[in-house]
Amino acid sequence: MLESIKTFASHFFVTGDPMIYGADASIVLVTVAILFVLTYFKKWRWLWDEWLTTVDHKKIGIMYALAAILMLFRGGVDALLMRTQLAFPNMHFLQAEHYNQIFTTHGTIMILFMAMPLMFAFFNIVVPLQIGARDVAYPYLNAVSFWLFFFGAMLLNLSFVIGGSPDAGWVSYPPLSELAFDKGPGENFYLLSISISGIGSLATGINFMVTILKMRAPGMKLMDMPLFTWSILATCIIIIFAFPVLTIALALLFIDRLAGAHFFTMLHGGNPMMFINLFWMWGHPEVYIVVLPAFGIYSEVVSTFAKKRIFGYKSMVASMMLISIISYFTWTHHFFTMGSGADVNTFFAISTMAIGVPTGVKVFNWLFTMYRGRIRLTLPMLWTIAFVPCFAIGGATGVMLAVAPADYQYHNSYFLIAHFHQVLIGGVVFGYFAGLYYWWPKMFGHVLNEKLGRWSFWFWNIGFYVCFMPQYALGFMGMTRRLYTYPHGLGWSSLNLVSTIGAFMMGIGFLFQGAQILHGIKFGKRDTTGDPWDGRTLEWSLPSPAPHYNFATIPQIKGRDAWWTMKEEMKQPGYKKEPVHIEPIHMPKSSGRPFIMSVFFFIAGFGLTFDWIWMGVIGAIGVGITLLARSFEYDTDYYVPVDEIERTEAALGRL
Amino acid sequence: MAEVISQPVGHQHGHDHAHGHVDQESLKILGFWIFLVTDCLLFGTLFATFIVLRTHTDGGPTGKEIFDIPTFIAETFILLTSSFTSGLATLEMRKNNGSVQRLIGWLIVTWILGAAFVGLEIKEFTHLALDGATISRSAFLSGFFTLVGTHGLHVSVGLIWMLALMIQVGRYGFTAVTKRKIYIVGLYWHFLDAVWIFLFTVVYLIGVM
Ligand code: HEM
Ligand SMILES: [Cu+2]
Repeated sequence: MLESIKTFASHFFVTGDPMIYGADASIVLVTVAILFVLTYFKKWRWLWDEWLTTVDHKKIGIMYALAAILMLFRGGVDALLMRTQLAFPNMHFLQAEHYNQIFTTHGTIMILFMAMPLMFAFFNIVVPLQIGARDVAYPYLNAVSFWLFFFGAMLLNLSFVIGGSPDAGWVSYPPLSELAFDKGPGENFYLLSISISGIGSLATGINFMVTILKMRAPGMKLMDMPLFTWSILATCIIIIFAFPVLTIALALLFIDRLAGAHFFTMLHGGNPMMFINLFWMWGHPEVYIVVLPAFGIYSEVVSTFAKKRIFGYKSMVASMMLISIISYFTWTHHFFTMGSGADVNTFFAISTMAIGVPTGVKVFNWLFTMYRGRIRLTLPMLWTIAFVPCFAIGGATGVMLAVAPADYQYHNSYFLIAHFHQVLIGGVVFGYFAGLYYWWPKMFGHVLNEKLGRWSFWFWNIGFYVCFMPQYALGFMGMTRRLYTYPHGLGWSSLNLVSTIGAFMMGIGFLFQGAQILHGIKFGKRDTTGDPWDGRTLEWSLPSPAPHYNFATIPQIKGRDAWWTMKEEMKQPGYKKEPVHIEPIHMPKSSGRPFIMSVFFFIAGFGLTFDWIWMGVIGAIGVGITLLARSFEYDTDYYVPVDEIERTEAALGRL
Repeated sequence: MAEVISQPVGHQHGHDHAHGHVDQESLKILGFWIFLVTDCLLFGTLFATFIVLRTHTDGGPTGKEIFDIPTFIAETFILLTSSFTSGLATLEMRKNNGSVQRLIGWLIVTWILGAAFVGLEIKEFTHLALDGATISRSAFLSGFFTLVGTHGLHVSVGLIWMLALMIQVGRYGFTAVTKRKIYIVGLYWHFLDAVWIFLFTVVYLIGVM
């Protein structure tokens, strides 16, 4: 009996590495600490009522943002571990197998559990406010999406201490990821966690597409929408068309592993290339899913801090739409070397280069907007300016990679690693940082410290170039990706050391941001106006943070830059404030079910990870019951009474 | 679709869009249409996989050997009929003097046909598996079971859903909410019918040819 428990435990818990025992200990400690604090300060009720059951899009957005920042930390620690291992030749800091697990979790977490949720945070925090809506189209579904993401991310993170992490790369190519070559539960963790959170992402795509199309304030035509909202619309279209393909690719691989099917195996007629095609049919559009919102953020930031209308609005919209279409026709550039022949490679090489054209249009529009503007170098603006050269270099190396014959040289080398980090960090992460600084006052009601922010900015930026420029050279010198160690005498040592130093500089930059957040909580300057940047779009017409019903009265829109136009009107000599006429507001009720349903998804996912069918069935039944319970629920909304609105508005000094 | 959206089913209280009120029921119908687009892509991907793998039988049984013509013709006939009866149910709801009883009656007919379809499919699958044509025999069979099975799973979910809605209409009669739900489940059912027509052609007809 005791023996069998022991063997089970040693299979169930990851053992044998001091780092993992450290993680075990810290997970237990942090959990105990959280439980203690919540109990001691009697915060359980508050946590449940205010956060776990909320359907308020602004709160959901904040939870997305916090979870994503934590995941950035986790993915960043992974990155530093890898760079430490590569700092010197013949290092023995990490075992080969451990290195595989770390680059897999790093890639997966950064793309799916950091960039995606941070993007959804902006969807939630900004879009309804920007279009003058009281809510999203489906608030309940929105909460479901968040909790699915959250429990999907939990499932993946658990793999570090229970069962073992996935180690077949974030792309998880078969046959390497098939049962025959990858027994452990790690790969199942990968497949199930992404599938669960993927359902949520797809629902978010539908939710915000309908929100943008149907919930805009009266008078706001499509061509009056702020560019950020446009970028979200383009993103939603890509999500709707790309995510089903990922779902199927992962499901088929899982069926191979669980039921012994032969979609992607080497034997019995399976075809591994099928998976790789499907994966990148989602994977390439995915990079535009995460970068388009960043483009939207740059547009908002540039026009606010240059105090000008955005230059070339229509071409901005057109280029985003073009990008969202062309992004489907480039996926094969991820495997030019597969041997599909010159014709196919030529087509995809050209389509890949073609995507540079609309992107270039956008960069020029941002530059023209800045030209002769009254530029204020705030933190969001600094990150935007830093983005331009970084993304330009990243784009140029991308075109180099798109030259199919040349790609036979660069493929899977460090050149590629440097390229995609340059566009992902320089394009996506810089953009999201700009967005966080920009909308932070709207989220929390205070402005972050500039000085700490500038330290962080310089550490991140200098660190970035120190880290990734040497990697281009290393790629040319023959260093391949996913390499866990290398011998002396290849001439790679000093470049690798420099690169690692750069990575740690970025880590320091991140610490400054942590300090900035803590400083903000304690000393942050209150934003009492609701419009700290002298903004142009509707979210700045509201108090910071906005009341839960957003707009006491829905504004009437008369054109682009709605709030700016209103401010200009108010400055007119004869301007008379219209009397506010408040009516009861229709709002959705909070519900604990999205949380509970996602717990059942988690239970099902955890069970299937270990091939415990019974547990999978229990989870699935739980999901079914919660769905049915929702179907039988008719009392889902309520009205906020007029006197409550009046009290709130009066307290905010708005009446 | 445009017609449904502009004239939402059972529009009850007069709305004033200028006050930020959006009609909840037509919003949900629009969302469901977009969901169907994603479901189309899902099936499209499965079809693509199946088409690539349909000749990869690895020496195992081919479609010609295992597909039973009377069974899949019967399945087709039953599902098409159920689509028609579900249409009659929706029609009943949209009539001015429609009755809840008749609506539930048509839904029950639809339900029985749907259940018969699922039953036939389960029978077909078990037969195949007992003859050694399992999901792990060849890539072709993996594709077959997954594609057809996914459709069958959709139909089964639809059956549970329809049961829940019958109870709700029985309890509340025709309201804006129940009407929207009946409309959506009908849409879903027709969609599954359309997918089956592709399945019938691509998997079974071409398979036995
Ligand atoms: C913050 C600084 C970062 C550093 C120092 C860093 C470093 C690394 C390193 C050392 C690797 C492994 C290369 C190899 O051995 O093949 C890697 C892989 C990867 N990184 Fe990062 N990274 C950073 C940020 C990011 C971000 C922000 C993203 C995405 C948004 C990202 C996405 C990826 C992906 C997708 C892989 C490939 C994983 C695989 O091969 O399966 N990284 N990174
Ligand atoms: Cu690509």
